[in-house]
Amino acid sequence: MEVFVQQLINGITLGSIYGLIAIGYTMVFGIIGMVNFAHGDVFMVSAFIALVALLILTTWIGIGSIVLALLIVLIVSMTFTALVNWTIERVAYRPLRGSFRLAPLISAIGMSIFLSNFVQVAQGPRNKSIPPLFGEVITVMSGNGYDVTLSYNQIAIWIVTAVLLGAFWFLVSKTALGRAQRACEQDQKMAALVGIDVDRTISITFVIAAALAAVAGTMYLVYYGVVSFADGFTPGVKAFTAAVLGGIGSLPGAVIGGLLIGLVETMWSAYFSIDYKDVAAFSILVITMIFLPQGILGRPEVEKV
Amino acid sequence: MADEAPASASRVDLVRALRATALTALLAFGLFLPLIAFRTVQDIRGELILETRWPLLFTLVGIVAAVRFVHELVIAPWRARRALRPAREPGAAARAVEKISPWARPFLLGFVIVYPVLALALAGPQGAAKWIDNFGIQILIYVMLAWGLNIVVGLAGLLDLGYVAFYAVGAYAYALLAKTFGLSFWILLPLAGCLAAFWGILLGFPVLRLRGDYLAIVTMAFGEIMRLVLINWVSLTNGYAGISGIPRPTFFGLPFTAADDGFAATLGVEFSPIHRLIFLYYLILGLALFTAAITVRLRRLPVGRAWEALREDEIACRALGINTTNTKLTAFAMGAMFAGFAGSFFATRQGFISPESFTFMESAVIVAMVVLGGMGSQIGVAIAAVIMIGGTEIMRELDVLKAVFGADFDPTQYRMLLFGFAMVLIMIWKPRGLIATREPSVFLEERKAVSRALVREGHG
Repeated sequence: MEVFVQQLINGITLGSIYGLIAIGYTMVFGIIGMVNFAHGDVFMVSAFIALVALLILTTWIGIGSIVLALLIVLIVSMTFTALVNWTIERVAYRPLRGSFRLAPLISAIGMSIFLSNFVQVAQGPRNKSIPPLFGEVITVMSGNGYDVTLSYNQIAIWIVTAVLLGAFWFLVSKTALGRAQRACEQDQKMAALVGIDVDRTISITFVIAAALAAVAGTMYLVYYGVVSFADGFTPGVKAFTAAVLGGIGSLPGAVIGGLLIGLVETMWSAYFSIDYKDVAAFSILVITMIFLPQGILGRPEVEKV
Repeated sequence: MADEAPASASRVDLVRALRATALTALLAFGLFLPLIAFRTVQDIRGELILETRWPLLFTLVGIVAAVRFVHELVIAPWRARRALRPAREPGAAARAVEKISPWARPFLLGFVIVYPVLALALAGPQGAAKWIDNFGIQILIYVMLAWGLNIVVGLAGLLDLGYVAFYAVGAYAYALLAKTFGLSFWILLPLAGCLAAFWGILLGFPVLRLRGDYLAIVTMAFGEIMRLVLINWVSLTNGYAGISGIPRPTFFGLPFTAADDGFAATLGVEFSPIHRLIFLYYLILGLALFTAAITVRLRRLPVGRAWEALREDEIACRALGINTTNTKLTAFAMGAMFAGFAGSFFATRQGFISPESFTFMESAVIVAMVVLGGMGSQIGVAIAAVIMIGGTEIMRELDVLKAVFGADFDPTQYRMLLFGFAMVLIMIWKPRGLIATREPSVFLEERKAVSRALVREGHG
């Protein structure tokens, strides 16, 4: 029981990170119908930007309050990552819009290779580790000589995720921008006819996706305390799995999918074999794709001639 | 008045170009600021500290700005002028290409056959090893893989991002069977191909209902699962450590050693390690040409025509009564079989295999070759493989760059960086690949290539 509760806590934390990345996949897929392969690497880049910002704040400026530092790091990382993703869309994807099906996918794979190698060259191939920001933990319950703990890191991740999801939900469902996005998702040509700037809406979608990935990247850095240039791929694929599981194109689906993947991964590690936890996540991807291609909350795809 | 107009127009152009350049410089500054200007390094105590690299940042921003400025002032107006000109008949260059193209194939074939001899003659036995091994064999392995994948992606239009899994099946099948049972390469080669084809069918079955991007992702997941199993099933595969001491190839029973029963002693020539390389070169050349020949023949068979029909329009295929399940499965199995052949060759050439050789990146590189070369075009795919692998291999050799950038400059670091960048650039430049025209396998009266403008894929 105690192990279960502990893994539940860990799983929700991990799932929040996956969910934030998954939203990026699902939004981009919804609006331009491409799998943004480079999104996992954008997430990794954001973790590196957060690392640099954190080091500037702690070692150069010597900021005292960790919460304040984290807030600044978050904003810096979101800003710069958004800039990176905006540029990627502009340079690598926009010229290929309306081109044949595989072109943007190949371009995205190229971008993914470029980003991870750029970080490797610019920052070196080693793992970068930071000392834990919050040392303390809260003991939630204990029994059988096992303490179930909840760290401040995890609380911070939960709160930030919840707040951002709220803000994001408001943005998509209540504002003019969100309406424009949903219109572009349904029919780009028609949206353009009624006066929506489609290019701008797509750009903003990439910016939002990157900002959410940056939150996930910062959280990843704070939670694990280590990041390397190769860290984009596996979380990226798992987040994509989450997006597919929840129903690609559906925003609440992405979050639910993320939480499920996080839970499956931690539970699998606890009860089965930690070596095969990635296999479990990938298998879910395969099984979902085969038996439930529309996902939990997605709409079934209608085939048209 | 008439004289003033162009002058003011060019001034406006200059102002606009300068404004664009300034914006680009600002953007580049923002992009490079976090990760170029600052570098995280570990100090003596193992803690991360920051170093700054302002000169590098400003150099890079300067380069980007200069490129943009030249583009705005020279290239963009030139392209605009060219777009205004009426479309001409195919020019002299196009006609010349048409004239030499019947000769290109025999010429290229002749070149790859005499290549080791040329390398020996030009570089000597010492220098030739590098050219035959790093360039010849390495490139031919990828050409073979790309041709094999071309069946799945190029002909059948099924985007397979997990192709390397079958390559791994072939390699591990050869390594394990050769080490455990001591079977020879020539027995294991077809066996490895069969095993890989079997896996192709096994993995192909569940994914048949999927299409496009979904298929790509599922096959990628399969590829990763395969790699993770290879890593974690230590009792069989020895995990990360890999399998070493895989039997090296023999010349139909004669080992390439200095021993008395070796290849050199039997033929009465002086022993040289280059013999094995030359043998391996012709082996993989034969395998690659075998792949190409089979593909060319298959295109003319009903199954090949069904593959290409499937790529163009799946719904129409079904309406015509083509069994799409069988068609897709045969494509998967054929592609996987050639990957299995290539895998067993890879294992015997390296003598050592580990899961590190079968990462997703390999799959992505092979897919990139097929798409960049022009899906379905044998020559285009081969050219893409030569450019991509040859290009990155040449990066290793460029000692000239050391003179420019200083002695501690390591060009190999930038290999994959440029590789990714080139992929994006080529896609933007030619989204349909280098050779996008389609050669029909059946025609009325006159053989005519189908121009890229008429090619349209369905959602295969």
